[in-house]
Amino acid sequence: MNANAFIAIDDVSKDFGTVRAVDRVAFGIARGEFFSLLGPSGCGKTTLLRMLAGFEFPTEGEIYIDGQAMASEPPENRPVNMVFQSYAIFPHLTVRKNIGYSLRRDRLSRVEFDRKVGRMLELIKLPGYEERKSHELSGGERQRVALARALIRRPKVLLLDEPLGALDKQLREQMQLELRDLQREVGITFVFVTHDQEEALTMSDRIAVMSKGRYLQIDTPTQLYEAPRSREVAAFIGSMNFFDARVEEVADGHARVAAGPLGHLRAATRAKRFSVGETVLAAVRPEKITISSRPPAPSDASGGTNFVKGVLDATAYLGDRSHHYIRLPGVDKPVAVSAQNLNPAEFDVESRKRDVWLNWSSEAVVLLRAT
Amino acid sequence: MSEPTAVSTGSGVAPMGTPLRWWRRLILRNEAVRGYTLLSPTLFLMTLALGAPVFFLFLVSFFTQDLLEISTDFSLENYMSFLGKENYQKLLWRSLKVSGFVTVLSVVLAYPMAYFIAFRVRKNKFAWLILITVPFWTSYLLRVFAWKIVLGHNGVINSGLTELGFIEEPLTFLLYNPFAVVLTLAHAWAAFAIMPIYVSLEKIDRSLLEAARDLGDGPAMRFWRVTLPLSMAGVVAASLLVFIPTVGDFVTPTMVGGPKGTLIGNLIQIQFGKANNWPLGAALSVISLIAITAVVCAFLWFTKRVRTQEL
Amino acid sequence: MTIRDTAPVASGEARTKTRARRAPDAAPRIGALGVFAVLYLAFIYAPVLFIPLFSFNDSTYIAFPLSGFTTEWYVTMSRSDGLVGALTNSIKVATPAAVVSTLLGTLAAKAVTRYRMPGMEAVVSFIMSPLVVPAIIVGVALLIIVNAIGIELSLFTVFLAHLPPCTAFAMWIMISRLEGFDAAIEEASRDLGEGPWMTFWRVTFPLIVPGVVASLLLTFTISFDEYVLASFLGGSEPTLPIYIYSQLRFPWQLPNVLALATILLFASFALVYIAMRFRNRGVQFKTTTGV
Repeated sequence: MNANAFIAIDDVSKDFGTVRAVDRVAFGIARGEFFSLLGPSGCGKTTLLRMLAGFEFPTEGEIYIDGQAMASEPPENRPVNMVFQSYAIFPHLTVRKNIGYSLRRDRLSRVEFDRKVGRMLELIKLPGYEERKSHELSGGERQRVALARALIRRPKVLLLDEPLGALDKQLREQMQLELRDLQREVGITFVFVTHDQEEALTMSDRIAVMSKGRYLQIDTPTQLYEAPRSREVAAFIGSMNFFDARVEEVADGHARVAAGPLGHLRAATRAKRFSVGETVLAAVRPEKITISSRPPAPSDASGGTNFVKGVLDATAYLGDRSHHYIRLPGVDKPVAVSAQNLNPAEFDVESRKRDVWLNWSSEAVVLLRAT
Repeated sequence: MSEPTAVSTGSGVAPMGTPLRWWRRLILRNEAVRGYTLLSPTLFLMTLALGAPVFFLFLVSFFTQDLLEISTDFSLENYMSFLGKENYQKLLWRSLKVSGFVTVLSVVLAYPMAYFIAFRVRKNKFAWLILITVPFWTSYLLRVFAWKIVLGHNGVINSGLTELGFIEEPLTFLLYNPFAVVLTLAHAWAAFAIMPIYVSLEKIDRSLLEAARDLGDGPAMRFWRVTLPLSMAGVVAASLLVFIPTVGDFVTPTMVGGPKGTLIGNLIQIQFGKANNWPLGAALSVISLIAITAVVCAFLWFTKRVRTQEL
Repeated sequence: MTIRDTAPVASGEARTKTRARRAPDAAPRIGALGVFAVLYLAFIYAPVLFIPLFSFNDSTYIAFPLSGFTTEWYVTMSRSDGLVGALTNSIKVATPAAVVSTLLGTLAAKAVTRYRMPGMEAVVSFIMSPLVVPAIIVGVALLIIVNAIGIELSLFTVFLAHLPPCTAFAMWIMISRLEGFDAAIEEASRDLGEGPWMTFWRVTFPLIVPGVVASLLLTFTISFDEYVLASFLGGSEPTLPIYIYSQLRFPWQLPNVLALATILLFASFALVYIAMRFRNRGVQFKTTTGV
């Protein structure tokens, strides 16, 4: 697959003893792309990244970068550089020597060396830091130095192994934006490993969602969120309510499904083909459901679709929004609803056990094939 | 140190061609191979200077010596002669007993010391550790010699006590007996006893003790139910580190032991010296090793039982 | 029992951690334990310190009362036959023993701290075993094999015999130095284009230098002071401990031996103290920050 891609991962597997960390993975990454590998720990994303860097070697398969086979090249011969999770700043060297570490073979004059390092320091907004040592840097500063060090020779690919994991929340959000800007500025292909879905969604052009050594779906952030292709992806990215259903009728881009005790639901099929009688999962995001304490007007109830009555089970107040959990008759798991608190909260702790009505549009429903 | 791979700049998939390429692929892909490559010089030395000799020792123990001739025919004669001679057995038994006493004495003395450094010393922990370990690095011979000076007939204790008027005649029970051997060995191996216990105590998470306190245990119960069980691994390690090496010692018994303090080490040494019966010496060494192993296994089995029952 | 668990000196970092862990209100209690600690130190040091005390005593008998101060024994000692030769021999053995064992111990420590290998526990136990196996057994076993091969006993065989225990010590020291060494630091160097050797030279070596120095000094001390193995494998050229032992037979030599022993004791103290300081020196390996 994608043999012509800038980075081609061609049926790569990696075994550690009897454990298969990466299992016949094949996909391509385009030149200049900000590509993320997203998944829980142990899903094989870091192993895959380390195989790109050359610290692990595939048990099977081949990796091509810009047309060159890489699987047998040691790390120093690869046109890639890496920002390590721990940053791996050389503790015995100054910032200047850390950033210029890879320039040794270029035999630059001191002036030229300093000019290059200085330019990188400007890029990462740390001018004047030349003579500091790693223990004199904050977490964010180390991260920038690691970045500069990896970028100074303009590698074809920059690999980032959860580089924001060690930073606090505020700094992390700031660095996400800076990293994205930096990538646009330098135009280098970034391969970014993270377990933080928000981070991946914010920064990436495309994301590969991985699980158990395989990828489940590779897509743009919007597509992954709005049109997940499997229950695992839907559940991993954000949260999702699932209803068992059976297709009753398919017509002009919409399907009518029977969802047991919920009655009939309407859902957009999004160019997917379903046949009548097929069992499916109807999936709805919590924030796409509106909650109301009043029953719908009679006209809505008959003409509109996707109205469900339930009992409010619990409410969590989060300030800007509230999370409600609604018990529906005949459904095991309470339905999660996320509502913006546009007005002072309508439902509070006192609202438990009240009857509520839920509604969502047919476009909000994602139909997934039951597996 | 990173692995010495033959780095070529050629790219592409390495075909299964030259052995060098094959080796490089293996080394790149297999962590264990890289590790053992780094280990190989050390393992080679250890095999050559320790493994092979001990194997030879075992082999020679089945030879026999007749004056100057060594017969390489397989024979159990040396082992039979050990079983036949009560003196030999008594020496081995005494050695094990002496080492046992040394072990108990050093561990019992070391535990409070280690506890003190781990729990009581706030500042200068490092200085205390250096203070404890430095004598250990100095010449063993000189430390034994020092005890001879202290315990001798006209030694420090006797002359000191005489001078102060406490005694008229020098005390004769100080030197040249098993007691002197035990004392000297316990002194010589003190650091071996302290360090493992200290490390195991230092590793104990202090919040566990706070939890025990919170749950109503007083200091004695805290020690008995939390500290002691958690430091048992250190005590076991300390015991082995003291017991095993002291069994074969011959310098201390020679210098402070006297006839009553002679140990199996002396007997072995004589076989390789004056008596010049190497096969017998080898057999005695093997027997000592077996005896040590047996005691150690019994000890480990016992401590394991005690620990599992306690918890 | 894993020997790795018993690494002697806590690293600086471990020490600060414990300090932080401790409740601030727990007032220092010295009490009975403190008294015991002092007595214990006396037990460890007092016998050894009688050696220098009597080496300055103006009497051939080692007994109280002290009869007067003299440095005479140092003068006669320095003139005694064979001393310089024995000293040279010891240095000839201890220097290469320190260098080779530190090299091997560092390689081995690197391997076990860096790579996951099947059978590693067994290998580590094997390499560490000379620390535990009675020296006499190692000595006679080596004597037998050296004799079987037909190598003549010499300083070389003493050097050979000192390698296993010294290497075990070196590995022990280097393991405690290398634990916590972030493997990513070396990977970063490879990633930035340096091969294995340059990575070692530019990154690994500068970071482990304090440990290497400590190991060199300590293994030198071990070999220099070693008696048992040297007594079995030494040829006609005695090392210093062998020389001292032989002098102990002559009562009239005792004061001279005391003088020599004093010098050796303080030389050892100094070397070991420097080594210990080195061991805990240098940059911290941990590169992550808690922010």
